Amino acid sequence: MEFDQLIIGLAGVIATASPIVFAVLGETLTERAGVINLSVNGMILLTAMSGFAVAATTGSVLLGFAAGMLIGALVGAVVAFTSITLRQSQVAIGFVLALMTRDLAYYLGSPFTGQNGPRVPPAPIPLLSDIPVVGPLFFDHDLVVYLSFILIAVTYLWLFRTAPGLVLQGVGERPASAYVRGVDVNRQRYFYTILGGALVGLAGPAYSLSIKAGWQGTISGLDGIGWIALAITIFGGWNPLRAATGAYFFALLQWLSLVLQPVLTGIPSQVLQVAPFPLMILTLLLVNFGSTEWVRRRLSALPEDQRRAVNALIRRLNVSPPSALGTNFRKQ
Amino acid sequence: MQVEFRNIHKRFGSVHANKGITLNIPGGCIQGLLGENGAGKSTLMKVLSGFITSDEGEILLDGRAVTIPSPAGAIEQGIGMLHQDPLDFPPLRVLDNLLIGGRRGLIPDRRAALKALKEIEAQFGFSLDPDAYVDTLTVGERQQLELIRLLWLGARVLILDEPTTGISAPQKVKLFAALRKLSAEGRTIIFVTHKLEEVYQLCHRAAVLRAGALVAEIEPPYHTENFINAMFGGEIPTPPRQPPPTTAPLLALKGVTVEDARLQVGPIDLTVKAGEVIGLAGMEGSGQDLLLRLCAGLLRPTGGEIALGGRALQNATYHQFLRNRVKFMPADRMTEGLVAGLSLTEHFALNAEVHGFFINYKQAEQTAVERIAEYSIRGFPESPVESLSGGNQQRTLLALLSAPLHLLLLEHPTRGLDLESAVYIWKRLKERARSDGTAILFISSDLDEVLQYSDRVLVFFAGRASVPLSAMQTSVEELGLLIGGVPLETARSTAGMHQPEALSR
Amino acid sequence: MLKDARVGGWGARLIGIGLALGFVALILLATGAPPFQAISLLITGAFGSTRKIVDVIATSVPLLLATSGLLITFAAGLWNIGIEGQITLGAIFTVGALRLFVDSGAPPGVAILVGMIAGMIGGGLWAALAGLLKIYGGVNEIFSGLGLNFVATSATIWLIFGPWRRPGVGSMSGTEPLPPEFALPQLPDMRISAWAVLLSLLGIALVYILLRGTYIGLKLKATGRNARASFVLGIPTSRYTLVAFVLCGLLAGLAGAVQVTAVYNRLIPSISSGYGFLGLLVAMLINYQVIWAIPVALFYAALIVGSIQLPIQLRLDSSLAGVLQGALVLFVLIIDGVRQRLRERG
Repeated sequence: MEFDQLIIGLAGVIATASPIVFAVLGETLTERAGVINLSVNGMILLTAMSGFAVAATTGSVLLGFAAGMLIGALVGAVVAFTSITLRQSQVAIGFVLALMTRDLAYYLGSPFTGQNGPRVPPAPIPLLSDIPVVGPLFFDHDLVVYLSFILIAVTYLWLFRTAPGLVLQGVGERPASAYVRGVDVNRQRYFYTILGGALVGLAGPAYSLSIKAGWQGTISGLDGIGWIALAITIFGGWNPLRAATGAYFFALLQWLSLVLQPVLTGIPSQVLQVAPFPLMILTLLLVNFGSTEWVRRRLSALPEDQRRAVNALIRRLNVSPPSALGTNFRKQ
Repeated sequence: MQVEFRNIHKRFGSVHANKGITLNIPGGCIQGLLGENGAGKSTLMKVLSGFITSDEGEILLDGRAVTIPSPAGAIEQGIGMLHQDPLDFPPLRVLDNLLIGGRRGLIPDRRAALKALKEIEAQFGFSLDPDAYVDTLTVGERQQLELIRLLWLGARVLILDEPTTGISAPQKVKLFAALRKLSAEGRTIIFVTHKLEEVYQLCHRAAVLRAGALVAEIEPPYHTENFINAMFGGEIPTPPRQPPPTTAPLLALKGVTVEDARLQVGPIDLTVKAGEVIGLAGMEGSGQDLLLRLCAGLLRPTGGEIALGGRALQNATYHQFLRNRVKFMPADRMTEGLVAGLSLTEHFALNAEVHGFFINYKQAEQTAVERIAEYSIRGFPESPVESLSGGNQQRTLLALLSAPLHLLLLEHPTRGLDLESAVYIWKRLKERARSDGTAILFISSDLDEVLQYSDRVLVFFAGRASVPLSAMQTSVEELGLLIGGVPLETARSTAGMHQPEALSR
Repeated sequence: MLKDARVGGWGARLIGIGLALGFVALILLATGAPPFQAISLLITGAFGSTRKIVDVIATSVPLLLATSGLLITFAAGLWNIGIEGQITLGAIFTVGALRLFVDSGAPPGVAILVGMIAGMIGGGLWAALAGLLKIYGGVNEIFSGLGLNFVATSATIWLIFGPWRRPGVGSMSGTEPLPPEFALPQLPDMRISAWAVLLSLLGIALVYILLRGTYIGLKLKATGRNARASFVLGIPTSRYTLVAFVLCGLLAGLAGAVQVTAVYNRLIPSISSGYGFLGLLVAMLINYQVIWAIPVALFYAALIVGSIQLPIQLRLDSSLAGVLQGALVLFVLIIDGVRQRLRERG
C-alpha cells in the first residue's frame, strides 16, 4: 500500500471514530455518576434521524445537531427520572428505551429516508493541514471531527482536573461519602445523565450529517453501534482518554478488516471486526477477578502488606467501574 | 463548644430508639458514650450529625437551639463525625479526598489543601502521602485523613464512632494524643466506644445508654462494675442450674486463628462436649462473632485445627459443615437468614433435608402449620417472611433449625424478643442439648442470658478468648470485668470484693 | 408490601397500557397519521384471516421460547441480555448438525431431532459461558452477554461468507438452503409447523412447572431474591446461577433451532430476528408471571404481524409496532414506580 493511501485511510479512521467518541464520552460521564444508560444504541439512531430531519427541513446543520443533543438529553432525562426518582431498575429502563427509540427512529424517519439533505462541509485548517502526515491526519476534517478532539480533552480535564469533576468521581464511587460532604447526589446524577445523553445525542447527527450523511432507515448501518459504544465505555475503564482510544481502536479494526480482506484471505474479516468484544470481556475478567468470592478467599490468606500490594495493583489497572454504578442512593 | 441534648425522641416504626435523652456536654470535654448495640447511641449521634432529625426535643450548641438538616449542615455548625468505616473515597488520592465538597470553584485549590494537610499533620504528628490512593492506607491512616478533613472544615465538635476498631496500637496512641490536644483547644469530643479501658484512658466523663434511654452518667474515678451494671442491667440471676453434661467431646478447636479486615482472633483452644451449651460473651466485635462463623464453616481458619466428632474440618466448605449437621443462625435476619419474597411454606420447603424433584406443597404447608404452632409464630403459611415482625422472624429462623444437629451456632438467639418467647426458645434449645446431644455455641450481649443458659462461658476481649469459665462458678460482675479487659486473676479478686448492693445505678 | 404489589398491580398496569396507547396516538397525530385507525389496524390487522392468525401463532413460537427461558434467568435475578447470541448459536449448531446429515441417507426425522438437540446444546453452551464468566470471573452478565451477542453474529456472518458459503459467492441472503425434508413438517397449506407450536407450549409449560412446583425452581427464586441468605440456608447459589443460565440457553437454542427448521431452513445473518430482546420486553411486561407469557407473547406477535398491514393500508412504517411494544413496558414501569413512591409517602 502506498504511504499516501495509508495516511488517507488513517485519517478516515479518525473521522469515522468521532461519533463513537461522542457516545463513549457521554456514557462515561453518566456512568461515572453511578447511572448506567443502556439506551445508547437507540439514542444514536433516533438522534441521527432527527438531526437529519431537522437539518433537511430547515437547511441548518447546526439546528440538526441542536435537535440531536436535545433529544439525547430528553432520553437521558427519562432514564434519570425513572431510575433515580421512581427507583426502577436502570437496566430495565435503559433496555426498553434502547429498543423503543430505535423503532421510533425508523418510524418517524420513514418520510426522510433517502432524501437529500445538508451535510457538514469539510473545513481543513489553514496552515496546519499542510503539515505533512500530521496535517492530513488531524487537521483536514470537518468541524464534527475537531469537536470530538476538543470534547475528549474537555471531558478528561473536567473529570480529573476540576472540582466538579472530583465531585463526580466521588458520587459514582461512594455516594454516602459525597452526601456527608454536602453533595446533592441525586441532583448530580440527574445532571450527568442528561448531559451524557446530550453528548450521545451528538453521535447521531455526526453520522447523518457528516460521516454517513443521509438517513437510510434500517439500512443506515447504524444499528449496533450504540451497543459497541457501551462496550468501549467499559473497555475504556471510565476514563475519557482511554474510552476515546477504544473508539479509535475499534474504527481502526473495522478499517483494517476492509483493507486487509484481499490480502489476508485466510483470516476472515469478521474476526477483526469482532475483536473488541472478546477484548472487552477479557478486560472485565481481569478487572473483576480480584473481587470474586474465591479469589478474595485466596487473597485474604495473604499477609496484610501483600494484600494491600495486590489491591494497589488492581487499582493501577484503573479500570474498575464506579463502585456505585447501577445502584440507587438513599440518605441513611 | 458546649453540646446539649434536650429530651430527644426518635422512633423508627414501632421501635422507640431514643426515649427522651437529655445530656449536657461542656465545651472541651471528651465525653464517652457507651451502650450495647441497639441501645440508641448511633441514633443519637445520627441526630447530632444531621443524618436524621429527631421526632421531639432539641439540640443546643453553646446554649443556642439549632436545627441540623443534613451532615453538610452539621459541619457548617461545626459538628463533624468520624464514622467507624471512614466515609472517604478509597479509589481516589489523599489530597482529592480533602478537596471533594470543599471550597467551591472550578479548579480545586490543591496548594491550599496541601498546606492545610501539612499544617494539621504537623500539629498531631500524622504523616500521610498526599498522592497515595486511600485504598492503600490503613484504617488508622484513613481516620487521620478524615480527622484532618473535619478540622480543616472547622469542626468544633467531633463525634468518633468506635474509632479504635481495626487500628494499630501506635496509631491509637497517636489518635488519643490528638484528641487530648483538641480537647485542650476547647473542642468537644464525643467518643462512642465499647471498650471500657479507652474510657478510662481518655474520657473526662461517660454516659451509658440502654434500650434507648440514658441510664447513667459516670465521672472518674471510674469503676468497671458501675459501667457493666448500667449497660447490662444489675439483676443477679439465681437460675435453677443443672450440672453440665459428662458426654464425650464433640467439637475440638486446637490453636485456631481467624481474622477479618479489622481483627485477628485467637489462637483458641476449646473442647465442647455433646449436649454442652457454651456462651460467648464480649463487647461487640471482640472476636466472638468470628469464632461462631468459623465453627459454622462460613469463615476459614488462618491456622489451627477444627475437628467435629474426630473429623478434621479446617479445610471443609460450608456445605460440608452443613452435611456434618452443623447449622448457623445469623443475627441479621433479613440479610442472611430469610429470603424476602418467599413465604413461610416456601422456607420450610427449602429447608427440607431430603426431597424429590417436585415440591409436595401439601406436605410443606403441613410442616409450616406445625412449625407455626410449635414455635407460636404469628403468621400464616402463605405469609411472606418480610411481613412478619422481628420476633416472629426470629422464631421462624429457629423453626428452620429443627432437624437433628450435632452443633448449633446462634448469634443473639433472643435479641428483640419478649421475655416469654425468650424463655420458651431457651427451653426448646436446652431440651435439644440434653436429649439430642446437640452442642450449642451462642453469642449474647445479655449477661444474664449467658449465665442462665450456658454450661461454660468464653469471654472475648480484643480478639482473645478467656479460658472457658464454668457458668456455675462465675458471676455477672466477673464477666463484666473480663469483658472490660481486666485479667482473670484481678477480676476474681475484684468481683469478690464488691457486693452487688454496693453498686451505684 | 409484596402482597400489596400483587393486589392492584393490574389496575396500575392498565393505566400504563392506556398511557402507552396515548403516547403512540400522540406520535401518530404529530406525524399526521390517523391514530385510531393506525392502532386498531396494528392490533386487529393480525386477525383479518386464518392465514394471518396462523402467522401470529408461528411468530409467537420463537418469542415464547425465548420468553420462557428468560423467565428462568429473571427468577434467578439475572439479566440475560446474551439471549440473542444464545438463539444464534442454537441456529448455528442446528444448521451444522443438519449439514452433517445431507446426503447421509439418514431418515429426516432423525436428522431433525439431532439438529434440534444440537441447537439446544449450542444455546446452552453459549449461556453457560456467560454464567461461568459471572461466577468465576465476576463479569456482569449484561456486558458479557452484549459481547457474546456480537461474537455470535460475527460467527454467523463468517460462516455464511466462509466455510458454509453458497457455491459461487457468499451473500447476505444466507447459506445454501438445507434439503426441504430437513424442515419441520408444516400443516397443509399453512406456513406453520404444529411441532414448533407444540414445542413452544411445552417449553412454557415446563418453565411454569419448574418455577411453581419444583425444588430447582424454588431454589432459583431464593437465589435470585437473596443470594446470601440462600447460601446460608444451604443452597449452592453459584451452581444455581449456572443452572439458570444453562436452562435459559437450552430454550433459547431451541428457539434458534426452530428458526432454522420451521422458518428459514438455512442460516441467515440475523437469524435471531430480535426475538431474544423482544422476549425480555415480554417478560418485563408480564412482571415475570409465567401464566401471562402465552397471551402477551401472542399479543406481541400479533403486533408484528399486524404492522405488516401498516405500509400497505395507511402508508405508515411497520416499525410503529416496535414503538408500541417498547412504550407498553416503559409506561408500565413508570406507573409501577409512581405507585411505589406514592405508597411510601402515604
